[in-house]
Amino acid sequence: MSYINKPKVSHPSLPTNQLGLTRRQYEGSMSTLCAGCGHDSVTAAVVEACWGLSMQPEQLVKLSGIGCSSKTTAYFVSGSHGFNAVHGRMPSIASGANAANRGLTYIGVSGDGDSLSIGIGQLVHVIRRNVNMLYLIENNGVYGLTKGQFSASADIGTKAKRGEVNSSPPIDPVLLALTLGATFVARSFSGDKAQLVPLIQAGLRHNGFALIDVLSPCVTFNDHEGSTKSYTFTREHYHAAVETDFVPRAQEIAVDYPAGESIPVSLHDGSRVVLRKLDPTYDPTDRAAAYHYIETKLKQNEYVTGLIHIDETAATEFHTVNRTAAAPLNSIPYQKLSPGRAALDKLMGRYR
Amino acid sequence: MPSLIAATGKVNDFVVKFANVNGTGSASANSLIMKAIFRMGVPVTGKNYFPSNIQGLPTWYEIRVTRDAYAARATQVDIMVAMNAETYSKDVRELSSGGYLIYDSTWPRSALLQRGDITVIPVPLAQLVNENFDGVRNRILLKNVAYAGVLAALIDVDLEVISTLLGESYGRKPKLLESNTRALRLGYDYVKTHLTSPLPLRVEHMDKTRGHIMIDGNTAAGLGCVYAGATVGAWYPITPSTSLMDAFRGFCERYRVDPETGERNFVILQAEDELAAVGMVLGASWNGARAFTPTSGPGISLMNEFVGLAYYAEVPCVIFDVQRVGPSTGMPTRTQQSDILLCAYASHGDTRHVLLFPANPEECFYMAVQAFDIAERLQTPVFVLSDLDIGMNDWMCPDLQWDDAYRPDRGKMLSSEELAGLEKFYRYVDRDDDAIPYRTLPGTNPKGAYFTRGSGHNQYGAYTEDSTEYQLVLDRLKRKFAGASKYLPKPVITANGNEVGIVSLGSCDGAIREALDVLGRQKIPVDYLRVRAFPFNSEVENFLKSHSTIFVVEQNRDAQLRSLLTLETAVEKSKLFSILSYSGLPMSAQPIVDGIRAKFEEAPRLSAVPRK
Repeated sequence: MSYINKPKVSHPSLPTNQLGLTRRQYEGSMSTLCAGCGHDSVTAAVVEACWGLSMQPEQLVKLSGIGCSSKTTAYFVSGSHGFNAVHGRMPSIASGANAANRGLTYIGVSGDGDSLSIGIGQLVHVIRRNVNMLYLIENNGVYGLTKGQFSASADIGTKAKRGEVNSSPPIDPVLLALTLGATFVARSFSGDKAQLVPLIQAGLRHNGFALIDVLSPCVTFNDHEGSTKSYTFTREHYHAAVETDFVPRAQEIAVDYPAGESIPVSLHDGSRVVLRKLDPTYDPTDRAAAYHYIETKLKQNEYVTGLIHIDETAATEFHTVNRTAAAPLNSIPYQKLSPGRAALDKLMGRYR
Repeated sequence: MPSLIAATGKVNDFVVKFANVNGTGSASANSLIMKAIFRMGVPVTGKNYFPSNIQGLPTWYEIRVTRDAYAARATQVDIMVAMNAETYSKDVRELSSGGYLIYDSTWPRSALLQRGDITVIPVPLAQLVNENFDGVRNRILLKNVAYAGVLAALIDVDLEVISTLLGESYGRKPKLLESNTRALRLGYDYVKTHLTSPLPLRVEHMDKTRGHIMIDGNTAAGLGCVYAGATVGAWYPITPSTSLMDAFRGFCERYRVDPETGERNFVILQAEDELAAVGMVLGASWNGARAFTPTSGPGISLMNEFVGLAYYAEVPCVIFDVQRVGPSTGMPTRTQQSDILLCAYASHGDTRHVLLFPANPEECFYMAVQAFDIAERLQTPVFVLSDLDIGMNDWMCPDLQWDDAYRPDRGKMLSSEELAGLEKFYRYVDRDDDAIPYRTLPGTNPKGAYFTRGSGHNQYGAYTEDSTEYQLVLDRLKRKFAGASKYLPKPVITANGNEVGIVSLGSCDGAIREALDVLGRQKIPVDYLRVRAFPFNSEVENFLKSHSTIFVVEQNRDAQLRSLLTLETAVEKSKLFSILSYSGLPMSAQPIVDGIRAKFEEAPRLSAVPRK
């Protein structure tokens, strides 16, 4: 059975937020992902972020596509409506939902397969449309549910569990979003809750489309040695029994590092990745500079993390451009929507 | 075989066809003539045969002046206004014997004289226009108005009516009004001076268009969406459905913008493709707005995956399919009814969908409104299957009516207060034993929260891979569909207890009504049922049962309606005979008359008097 109800009993001494709710009340059903999956850390960060924001659970709308990452919307804030769309098509559901009610907070959770392969068209256009939502990509470079194929974010030279080497260049969602003029672009790591929680909170509160690319290792299918970019550093992290399909218990990767320092972190496939905090002099409002910086660091196999680009001044949010009524469209009474009989009678004159 | 539909007279009963080059502005001249005839109280239809192209290719416009108010395409052409040198020879061939050919005689066209059974009317249009107007583009445009003037003189269209129409079009542009009026008179006066007029084919004032309008189905459907209270429209441009969204946008800009603040009570999303368009509709509908998408066959193909999700997760969704010629890209600017099966069973797995079949623009308006009520009542996708003939051609329809007492049927939607009173909310439980569950909207109450998913779910809305739980939901969906017909438009039946019947749908209606008149005059009595919705109701079942021979008339090659009838009713396959038209041209009465007569000749006993 892959659906488990999570008990909601909580100790009376647990801290509460401004609404008097505990963190437990922002949780969802029990995760059915592999033990040690990075996605569960992201879920925990979302819970923490929403709790910290004292968000009314019913004011949040959770959207996802298909894949391991897209399951996670079931694992947080059970008091919110969730919509699990078809593969790669969550952005269109989000666009429509947001059109109907601009008053709610929208969070979309997707993965690298869902967003960068089958759904890249919709991702590109939801960015371009600048729909007000937070879009999390739980990026692990691999297809988990179909057992280990490379995704479009896999690096050149990285090795799959069964040995084949990836030769196609990766698509970087951060560079993609910058190119498309996204007004909030961030990258983080599932093991870095200290960085991720405030980013999620900022993204939820950003007026417009906010993208966070979260490097979120797959313990089962991308947790082996053999990447052409591999560092011995990999060995310092948990290693699964790679030759089998046995799902191991694994510890979550957790790092904490000071600003300005480059820290190599091994993804579970052994790829060499360097996480780099943005240095304090970095100006996240300069899109062109950000693009150049990110690309330069990528060539050195370093992933820049943190809030890479933000533009709160752009008046390009979808409803702003559309001049949509301030009240949610789904709340406007029918009498205001129907032109009525007299108008129709008058209109008929145009067709004679 | 000689035409069985003999013209009974030529006053207010003939066909004018215009052969033009597209992109030259001929459409407004052609509709000027059509509207003038309509304003004279004479029923008229207009059919546009246009290429999938912007400029330079042949295009035809056909005006049928029909005192009996037949809506179908006529098969003869009585007057050909041949303005396209490239198609002259084809156009001359198409003209019926005894017909009239009007052509621009500025340059010699010897090929025109090859037929002895037609009357050729030469008018030096280019010369007239060039002598009186400057500018290349201006001359091209005004030549159209000049031939409208020629035609007006030849068929006796009231010049005052035309002047009024020009005044309405160019009232605010005096220069244009002046040049158009002058061009019209150029043609008109040329005929009056040089030729005998009017022809025996002519228009006389009648009083048969009062209380009627000329409108196309896409405009009517777009207007219906406004009256239904739709606030979100999403689409990807595709012929022939684009003008539906254009109409919706136009009406919204007129009726849905706050005059003081400029705030808009609508959102139109031009999607990146049809997959996204239908996704947007699902998202908006799920979130409590009335939302729709107009598309055509290729768009439906792309929407299939989401349609299955909407069916299974029970998300309301309104899709207009303005059908065009398939398969594949097919002929985008020609008409067909070839998406019936595609829509009825769209998407993988066990899915079945509600279909509505408007027969004309009037029904497009009313069915657009009904579609939203049905979609929300049943929490399922509803397809409105129009076609290019209905959607893009001007049809004469009774004035559209509206009852201000109408309120949308939002179906079973729990409010925040109702949710507060519940111990626990379960999305897919059949509380009322009608197979329709209750839904909730985001943002109302945390007790109403549930997870919408296309993956296996139980009646509580939770993920499941349990066979029993899965089947419980799937079986309820089947019951819901079985009970759907009581919410759907009933078939239209014309029956006199005959043994032979016609079953058809949509835009075949005009051709069938005309065929019934012809057959009636030939003492061939036939009953007629027009289905207006799928699933079929008991009246359809009874009609099929009570007729021994049934002609299924439809516009596709594979007899899709016939297939649907055999799959979804108890009818014996052997008594269903197909009459098919899939040329891409709108249906005419001819194949129906021919098909039924042939059968009667084979089996004369069918023509026996009605059964007791």
